[in-house]
Formats: sequence, C-alpha cells, structure tokens
Amino acid sequence: MAEPMIEVTGVAKWFGATEALGGVDLAAEEGRVLALLGPNGAGKTTLVRILTTLLRPDAGSARVAGLDVVGDAALLRSSIGLAGQFAAVDELLTGRENLELVGSWYHLPRAEYRRRAHDLLERFALVGAGDRLVKTYSGGMRRRLDVAASLIAEPAVLFLDEPTTGLDPRTRNDLWAFIEELVADGTTVLLTTQYMEEADHLAHRIVVLDAGQVIADGTSQELKDHLGGDTLEARVRVVGDLERAAAVLAELGSARPRIDADQRRVSVPTNEGTRLLVAAGRRFEEERIGLDDLGIRRPSLDDVFLALTDPDRAEAGRA
Amino acid sequence: MTASTSARPRTMTPRLAVSDTRGVAKRNLLRILRTPRLLVISLVQPTLLLVLFRYVLGGAIRLPGGHYVDYVVPAVFLEAVLIGGMTTAMGLAQDLQSGIVDRFRSLPMARSAVLAGRTFADLLRSVLALAAMVLLGLAVGFRFHNSVTACGAGLGLILVFGYAFSWMYAAVGLATRDPETAQVAGILPFFVLMFASNAIVPVSTMPAWLQPFARNQPLSVTVAAVRALLEGGPAAHWVWQSLAWAAVIFAAFFGLALRLYRTSTS
Repeated sequence: MAEPMIEVTGVAKWFGATEALGGVDLAAEEGRVLALLGPNGAGKTTLVRILTTLLRPDAGSARVAGLDVVGDAALLRSSIGLAGQFAAVDELLTGRENLELVGSWYHLPRAEYRRRAHDLLERFALVGAGDRLVKTYSGGMRRRLDVAASLIAEPAVLFLDEPTTGLDPRTRNDLWAFIEELVADGTTVLLTTQYMEEADHLAHRIVVLDAGQVIADGTSQELKDHLGGDTLEARVRVVGDLERAAAVLAELGSARPRIDADQRRVSVPTNEGTRLLVAAGRRFEEERIGLDDLGIRRPSLDDVFLALTDPDRAEAGRA
Repeated sequence: MTASTSARPRTMTPRLAVSDTRGVAKRNLLRILRTPRLLVISLVQPTLLLVLFRYVLGGAIRLPGGHYVDYVVPAVFLEAVLIGGMTTAMGLAQDLQSGIVDRFRSLPMARSAVLAGRTFADLLRSVLALAAMVLLGLAVGFRFHNSVTACGAGLGLILVFGYAFSWMYAAVGLATRDPETAQVAGILPFFVLMFASNAIVPVSTMPAWLQPFARNQPLSVTVAAVRALLEGGPAAHWVWQSLAWAAVIFAAFFGLALRLYRTSTS
C-alpha cells in the first residue's frame, strides 16, 4: 500500500485550559479527498492549522507528503496549498497580482508563475476580471481566487478549510467540479466542511470530528451502514394522532417507534421496505389516521452526523 | 501526479529573502498608492498640530533668541512620520484579522519578509508625508537655516528614527490583533513621548521631576538633533544619541515583532 500523504498520530492541542484536539489519528491516501466533518468548534480548523504548519501540536505527530509538520515545516510549505475560511486575498490588488505574488512567494520562476496565474484565472472563470481590483469581486469570485492562489505552485496536498461556506449553489457546484478535476490529476485534498452533502459528494473518506475527538472514520457508505438500515416514517396530520400512529408502527416494525412531536412524525427502523410501507398504509386507513406523508427513508449523512454528534440522538440510535 | 517537477529552491537563501521582502513591499506600496485618500487623511493630524502650535499656542510661547515656528516645526516633521507609522500597526492587525497572515505563514517565504516588506513600504509613505509637511512648514513661515547637507541629514535622521519606530508599531499590531485596539495602543507611547519632551516647549519650563525624562527620552533627543541640523548649532552629540536610540528600538522590536509573527494566527 502506498504511504499516506497525510498521517496524523495522536495529535493534541490545548488553548489554555481548553482542549481543542484530544489525540486525533487519521490518514489520507494520495490522490484522494479526506473530508473532516464536524460542528463549529469541533477542532477542524485547529487540525488544518497544525497540518499547514501554522500551529504546533502539543502532543503527537503529523506528517504531510512524508514531511514532519514541525521538524520539516520549512520544506513542507513548498508542497502544500491552503485556502482558509476567509478568502485570504488582497482587496487592493488585482486578481492577477494576487496570484503572481503568491507564486513568487513559492519561489517559482517568474515565467512559470505568470503562466500559471493566467491558466488559473482561465480555469476559475476569472480571466475577464483578472486585471480588476479584488474589491470589485463578488464573494464567490473571491473564494475562487483564493482557491486559485492555493494552487499556483501545484501543491501535492491541498487544504481547503470550509471552501464552500457562504457560496451560492452554482458556485459551490463549480468548485466541487474543480476539486474533482484536481483529485483526478493526483492531488491529495483535505477539506473541512459542515455540510454532509459536500462530504458525501466529494470525499473518498470521511472523518467526523466532535469536541476534538474522532468519533467516526470511514467511507460515506460505511458511516451510513453503521447507523443502520432504512426507516419507515409517517407524518400525521394532527398531533393528537401521534400516539395511535406509534401504536400502529409498533405492531408492524421490529423495534420501538420514535416520536418527534414537533414534526408530527413517527418512525421505525425496517428492513422490509415496500412490503411494510403497503401494510402500514392499509393499517393507517383502517384506524382513520390522517397522514401528510408516508415513506421509506434511507439514512443520509445528515442522520449520521446528527446521531454521532448529538448525545440524545446517539442514545436513541443505540436503543 | 501534479506535484510540480520544476526545479525550485528548497532552502532559504539571502537572495530569496530579499526577493520575498520585495514582493511584500510591492504589495503594500500598491495598497498605499491605491488608497490616496488614506495618505491624505494621515496628514490631517500633523497639519492640525502644525496650525495649532504655529497660530493658536505659538503666540503665547516666547522663546529667548529665536522664532517659535523654527522651534516647533522640526518637531512636527518628526511627529508626522511617527503618526504615519501607526498605519504599520493597523495594517498588520488587519492582515491578521483577514486571514492573510495565515496564508503568508503557510507559504515557503522568508519569516522576516512580511514585516520587513511592510516597514519598507511604510518608509516610502513616511517620505511622502515628510515632503508634504516640509511644504506646509515653509508655507507657515518655517525656514531652513543650515547648509543643504545638514538639512538633508536632519530629514534623513527623521526617516531613520521613524523606520526604527515602525518596528514598535509592527509589534503593537501583532500583539493587539485588531486594528482599533492597535490604534489606541499605538497612540499611547506616541503621546507620552510627544508631550513629555522638548518638542513643543523647552524642557526647562517643566517641573523638576519630569525634566530628566523629558530631556533624555528618545524623541526629545531626536528632536534636538533635527533642530540642530536644520537650524544650526552643535548637532553631533544629539545625533549620536538619537542614532543609538534608533538602533536600540529597532533591535528590541525587530526581535519581538518577529517572535510574535511566528506564533500569530488569525
């Protein structure tokens, strides 16, 4: 097996008395996307900062592209690109000036960074705006320029810290397509996100981080399987019917139904699929329970995420 | 495999450090030139002080054997340059806030380049500010009374001292991490040094307990040196003291600012 491009072993970080990371282990293979998924404050950005040499870990070790993030920090910086949560581009420079300066700071030869800057402006649909000051750019254009800047030296490993937060759906899809192209070309990408959809779409492997701990690690399919199979879900028209609806599902299902009074929803795990759906439909009609919705739901990564990061749900999930 | 195969230098050399610094200086110069309004606004405060001392207070201050305008204007020159240095503090704090410092620190550029490039760019701002203040000074009746060489040396000393001082502002910006706080924190040492000094009134008019400080602190020494160079009188003693102070300020805050930069993150 190839040596992992990112290898994190027991990394811990404290800010004063607050534990930001409590012994994190993870690995990313070359030419793959690793998504770090977690709520705000989970430690995602702290880990990215450690891997990009901005912070030193208090314990543990991490290697990126075969280089130690502390001992070989100076060397490592030539092999990585970072696009942070804020578009770290200069408003008073043009898009092209931003890219060319970053290229010169990677110590690329002038002819090379000029050519790369132009190619990247083209690739990120910024050619027309390339010679305009960045302060005239929209939020999406700034973010694209920021990602372009992180790519100017063709880094072996790219770190994207919440790259699509605040982007409109079209720009977000464009960015996803760019990331897929990069990965197809062999770049290793670590991205942090709060959006399950993003991790589901892009990542070969997902690490769920909560309160500085890895609470799950696997492919999106593995994480979904872990949570269990499908659920049968019914939404009643009036709240008063909830208990009776739960009784119906209790007869049919293999486990105790869950009731969500706010959503007027009852659900029960099932692996019988459509057969159960039809049976449930008949029973609801016999009992004259009015429904707004009835269906089989496959678990989304959202369910996984909520189940893993919310203590109440986690209890319910195990029950 | 995309990892670039082009030959790239792997270790930091002085030549690369110079080129990194030049890139940062270029970035900051472009920023200065593209916000001419900021440049003009930064001249408002020294201009007001000039008018205040020349026309409002100047009439009440009698100097034995000399015109007050020739006494106070050299001090206002220095002050304009030092106030301009505040932009170093605010600019760095802003870069920290905006996440640009994170990008800089993730790049293989020389660790000193971000600070050195900025202070060099701000030095050019000082030159422009000083030129504007000289013209204003001449307009309100200030005159050079020494040789061209001596006057040039006097203005040069202002820039040297101002450059050393800009490293203090760099440290303030990195320590406060917020433009507003940086401004408040930066103006404090400036006011103390400005008012408890020979800049506005002779030290002999101050209470005895304040006189030793007001006579020997770095800004007073520099004002004395600049006055002597622009207006005549024995200068060497003050010039050496001023240069020594500049060297001490530079050395202390260069080290401190660099250490703060290495560990700073947005």
